[in-house]
Amino acid sequence: MDAQPNAAHGHTEAHAHAAPTGFIRKYIFSLDHKVIGIQYFFLALVSVFIGMALSVLMRIHLIWPEANLPFFGHLKPETYLTLLTMHGTFMVFFVLTTAPQSGFGNYVLPIQIGAPDMAFPVLNMLSFWTTFVAFVVMVAAFFVEGGAPLHGWTGYAPLSALQSAGPGEGLGADLWIISIAIFCAASLMGALNFITTILDLRAKGMTLMRLPLTCWTWFVTAMLGLLAFGVLLSAGILLLLDRNVGTSFFVPAGLVLSGTVVKHNGGSPLLWQHLFWFFGHPEVYIAILPGMGVASQLLSTFSRKPIFGYRAMVYAILGIAILGFLVWGHHMFVSGMSPYLGFSFSIMTMAIGVPSAIKTFNWLGTMWGGRIRFQSPMLFAIGFVSLFVSGGLSGPFLAQPALDIQLHDTYFVVAHFHLIMGVAAIFGIFAGTYYWFPKMFGRMMNERLAQIHFFFSFIGTYAIFMPMHYLGMAGHPRRYSQLSEVSYLHGLMPLQKFISIVAFITIAAQVIFVFNLFWSMFKGKKAGDNPWEATTLEWTVPSPPPHDNFAGKIPVVNHGPYEYSVPGAPKDYVMQTDPAGAVTAAH
Amino acid sequence: MGLVLLVVVWLITLISTYYFAVDKWHMLPLASRHGAAMDSWFHVTYIVVGVVFLAAQLALGYVVWKSRDRSGARVTYSHGNTKLEVLWTVLTAIIFVGLNLAGSSIWAESRFQGAGTNAVQVEVTGLQFAWYFRYPGPDGKFGRIKPELIDASVNNAVGIDDADPASKDDITVGTLVLPVNREAELTLRSQDVIHSLFIPAMRFKQDAVPGLMIHMHFTPTKTGEYEIACAELCGLGHYKMHGMLRVVSQDEYDKWIAQREAEKQQ
Amino acid sequence: MATVLRDSSVLDREPKLGGRGPDIVEPPARRGGDGDGAPHYRDRRRRYRLGMIVGMAAIVMFFVSLTSAYVVRQGMPNWDYKTQRYVNDWVSLKVPGILWINTLLLLLSSLTMELARRRTIERANTAQQFGIDNELKTTPWLGITAILGIGFIAGQAIAWKDLTAQGIFFSTNPSSSFFYLLTISHGLHLLGGVLALLYASVTTVLKRPLETKAVVVDVTALYWHFMDGLWIYIFALLLIMK
Repeated sequence: MDAQPNAAHGHTEAHAHAAPTGFIRKYIFSLDHKVIGIQYFFLALVSVFIGMALSVLMRIHLIWPEANLPFFGHLKPETYLTLLTMHGTFMVFFVLTTAPQSGFGNYVLPIQIGAPDMAFPVLNMLSFWTTFVAFVVMVAAFFVEGGAPLHGWTGYAPLSALQSAGPGEGLGADLWIISIAIFCAASLMGALNFITTILDLRAKGMTLMRLPLTCWTWFVTAMLGLLAFGVLLSAGILLLLDRNVGTSFFVPAGLVLSGTVVKHNGGSPLLWQHLFWFFGHPEVYIAILPGMGVASQLLSTFSRKPIFGYRAMVYAILGIAILGFLVWGHHMFVSGMSPYLGFSFSIMTMAIGVPSAIKTFNWLGTMWGGRIRFQSPMLFAIGFVSLFVSGGLSGPFLAQPALDIQLHDTYFVVAHFHLIMGVAAIFGIFAGTYYWFPKMFGRMMNERLAQIHFFFSFIGTYAIFMPMHYLGMAGHPRRYSQLSEVSYLHGLMPLQKFISIVAFITIAAQVIFVFNLFWSMFKGKKAGDNPWEATTLEWTVPSPPPHDNFAGKIPVVNHGPYEYSVPGAPKDYVMQTDPAGAVTAAH
Repeated sequence: MGLVLLVVVWLITLISTYYFAVDKWHMLPLASRHGAAMDSWFHVTYIVVGVVFLAAQLALGYVVWKSRDRSGARVTYSHGNTKLEVLWTVLTAIIFVGLNLAGSSIWAESRFQGAGTNAVQVEVTGLQFAWYFRYPGPDGKFGRIKPELIDASVNNAVGIDDADPASKDDITVGTLVLPVNREAELTLRSQDVIHSLFIPAMRFKQDAVPGLMIHMHFTPTKTGEYEIACAELCGLGHYKMHGMLRVVSQDEYDKWIAQREAEKQQ
Repeated sequence: MATVLRDSSVLDREPKLGGRGPDIVEPPARRGGDGDGAPHYRDRRRRYRLGMIVGMAAIVMFFVSLTSAYVVRQGMPNWDYKTQRYVNDWVSLKVPGILWINTLLLLLSSLTMELARRRTIERANTAQQFGIDNELKTTPWLGITAILGIGFIAGQAIAWKDLTAQGIFFSTNPSSSFFYLLTISHGLHLLGGVLALLYASVTTVLKRPLETKAVVVDVTALYWHFMDGLWIYIFALLLIMK
C-alpha cells in the first residue's frame, strides 16, 4: 500500500484494468470508452435515418402538397411543420452534437493521448444512457396526443410558450423541452469528462502542443458545450414554467389566441431568442469543430505532409470558440433588437470569418507539395474543405444586417446552414468513419463502394443546396409548407422540384454507406495496426485495441503528430512514439 | 482520381457561379428608395465573395490534382510559413471587416434614424394568419386597443376600443395602401405570436413581436401591387399569411382614404 | 531553410517553453498505483478536483443565464394597452427574514465542512504514509455539516411556506417567479451536496477504502463552498436588485 515511484515505462495504471465479462457489462452498461463511443455512433446513425426520413416527407410535400402518401395519407400544413421541427431537432442534437464529439471523441481521444480510458468511466456510461433517455423522450413526442411540436427547432416564444398556439404545442412540446433538458445534462457530463481527460490523462511527452488537432477540437468543443448547455437548460426550464405554471418569462400581456385573452403578463419573446441563441451559436461550432479536426488530421496524413501552421490552427480553433460566444445576435437582426446591437454583432460575425479562412488556407497549404493518396477518408476530407468554403461564403451576405433584411428567414439561410452543418459536418463524420473503422472493427471498409458513396454525396448535396441560395435571393421564405398561396413563389416551383428529385437520389445513395458499414464489419478485408501509415497513437495499438488500449504499456511520446516525409527518416512517417532523435533538424 | 476531383470541383464551382452571375432567379424588381443602396451593396458583396469562392474552389481542385501521389514526386517537408500566415490573416481581416464597415451606412440610414414628420402613419397588426393595417385618420391618432374586444365577426379583428374618441376616424383594412414617393412609417405589432412583415419588392422585413410596438419606415418609389409574405414561423397557416401592398399616386391615396372615412361614418 | 514558426520536432528537444514551467508543458506526472489498477490516491484527488471545478463552471453558466433573465425582466417595460404606453410591471418582493438565518447556517456549515475536509485528508495522508488509520474520536464535523445543510434547506422551505401563506406563489408576479426559481434551483444543487456528504459518512460502513472517503470529502468540500458562495450571490441579488 505504499506509494511506489512511477516506473516511467508505464505499467502502473493500466496494470489490472480488468476487462469486463458478461454481455451486459461488455456491451450494454460498458465503462469502456470504445464501446460507449460506438454506442453514441449508432444512436447518431439511427437519428440520422429518422432525420432523413422526415426530410424526404418534407420534400415530397413541398412539390406535391396534395399527394396521398401510402401510410401517411395526405399531409396537412401543420404536419409539415412538425416534420420540419423534428428534422432539425434530431439532426442538430442527436446527430451533429453526438457523432463527431461523443462518438468519435469518446472512441479515439483517450487512445490518441495515451490513456487507458476517460477520466470518469462511470460518468461516461451515464452520459450515454442519459442521452439515450433524451432520445426516447423526443421520439415519444410523436406519439402523444396532438403529436410533436411545430415551432421549429428554434422554438421561438410565444408560439412555443402557449399550449393553444397550434397543434402539437401541447404535451408534444413539453416532451420536446424535457428531452432537450435531459440532453443538456448528458452533454454537460460528457464535456466535464473530455476536459478533465485531456488536462489530466495525457501520457508522458504528450504536451498540449503535440496533441493531434482532433484532440484540440474535442477539447475546445467540450469547453463550448460546458459553457453553452447550461444556458439552454435554463431557457428550457423557463419555457416549461411559462407553458405549465403560468409564469411570464417570455409571454407578454394582451395576447389573444382562438378568441381567448391569454392571462400571461409582461414577458419578453426576445428574451427567449437571446437565451436560445447564446447557446445556439456556440452549438453550431460544436457541430463543425470536430469535423475540422478530422479534416486537418486526414489532409496531413494522406498528403504525407505535416499540417501547415499547427500553431495557427490551434489559435484559429480557440479564436472560433471565443468569437462564437460573441455573435449570437446575428440571428436577430430584424427581431426588434436594438439596431446598434445589430451593428456590433455583425462586426464580430465578420471577424469570425478570419480564423475560418486561416484554417482553409492552411488546409490548402498542407496539401500543396504533398503526395496525395486518394483513399476514401481523404476524399471526404477534401469534400469537407470544398463544402466548408461554400457554406462559409454565404456568411458575409448574412452577416451584414442591411443584406440580411432581404435574406433572413429565406431559403438562403437554409442553404447556408445545410452546406455547413448538414453537409460539411456530415462529411467530417463520413471521413472519420472510413478512417477509424479499421481501428474499431479490425477490418477495412470497401473502397469501391466508398468512392461511389463519395461522388453521389458530394455532387448530390451540392445539387440540393446550391440552388437554395437562388430561392432565397428570389425571396422564398423558409418553413413554408407549400408555395401555392404567394404568387411570386409559383415561378420557383421548377427549382424546388429539381431539389427534391436530387434529394431523393442522394438520400437513396446513403444506403451504399450503410451497407458498406455493416457488410464490412463481418466481411471486410482484415486490417493491420496501421493501414493508413499514420503517426498518431491509435495506430500503435492492434485493431481493435485491447480493453485498456495499451495492454498495460502506456506509451511515451517523443514527436509531434504530423511528422510525415521527414528528410532523412527511414519511412515517410515518424510515429509519435518512435524514439527521440528519429526526426533530424529539417533545416 | 486527382483529375476527377479537379473536374468535379471545377464544374460545380463554375456552374454555380454561372447561375449566380446570370441572376436567373432574381430578386423582385426594386420599388423602394433605400433598396437601391442595398441592391448595389449586394452586387459589391457578390463580387467580393464570388472572387474568393472561385479562387478557393479552383485552387482546391488544382492543388488536389497537382499534389497527387506519382512516382518521382517529392514532398516538401514544412511545418508552415509564418510570414504567409500573417499576410493572409491580415488580408482576410481587412476584406471581411472592411466589407462590413463599408456597407454599414446602409443599415444606419434605414434603422438608426426614425421616420420624418411628413410620413404616412400605418399600424400593422399580425395575427394568426392575416395582416391588418390601421390608418389613424384626420386626427392623426390611433385609438386605444383592448384585446378583449377582438372579434372578427363584427369587423373588429384588431380589437379597437370605440369608447376612445380617437378611434372614431381609424380605418382598418386588409390591404396596405400607400402613396408613392412619400415616406411611410409602419408601427408593427402582433396579437399572438411573432410574425414578420416581408415585402420583397420594397427590400423590407421586420418582425412583429407581441409586447412591442416597433417603428420602421421606407419610401415606395413605384406604383403597383406588391406581395407581402410572413417571414417568421407562426403556426400552421404561416405559408398562407399573405398580404398585398398597393402603391398609388398621392391623389388616389387621398381619394381612397376619404372613401374609407365616408364608409366609416355611415 | 529555417522557418520562423518552429516545427514541433524542434520543440521536442526544448522541455521549457518561454519560461513556463514544465507542469504546463508536460502532462501531470503520475505516481505509481496501488496495484489494483486505479491511479494513486493523490492523482485521483487531483483528477476529481479538476472534474469538480469543470463542473462548477457549467453550474455557474446556468445561474448566469438566470441572472441575465432576471435583470432583463426586471428592467424591461412592456406595452400596456390600457394606458397606451410602455410600462414596467415589476413588483418588489419582500425577502422573508428567515433567509438571514439560513445564510448564517450555510456559512457555519462551510466552516464545519472545511474542518471535516482537513481532518479526513490528514487521516488519509497518515494512513498512506504509515499504514495506520489514526481515527480518534473527534467531533463528527461531517455529520454536523450535513445537518446544517439539511437545516438550511428546511429553512428555505419555511421561507417558501411563508410566502405562500401571503398568497405569493410561483406565478404571482415576475419577482416571485425568480425568487422561487433561484432558491429552488440552489436548494436542489445543495441537496446533491448533502447526499454526497451522507455517502461519505457511510463509506466506512460500506467498506470503501479511506482514500475513497478522502477524495469524496475533499471534492464535496469544494462543491460545498461553491454552493455557499453561490447562495451569497443569489441572496445579494434578491436583496439589492429588488
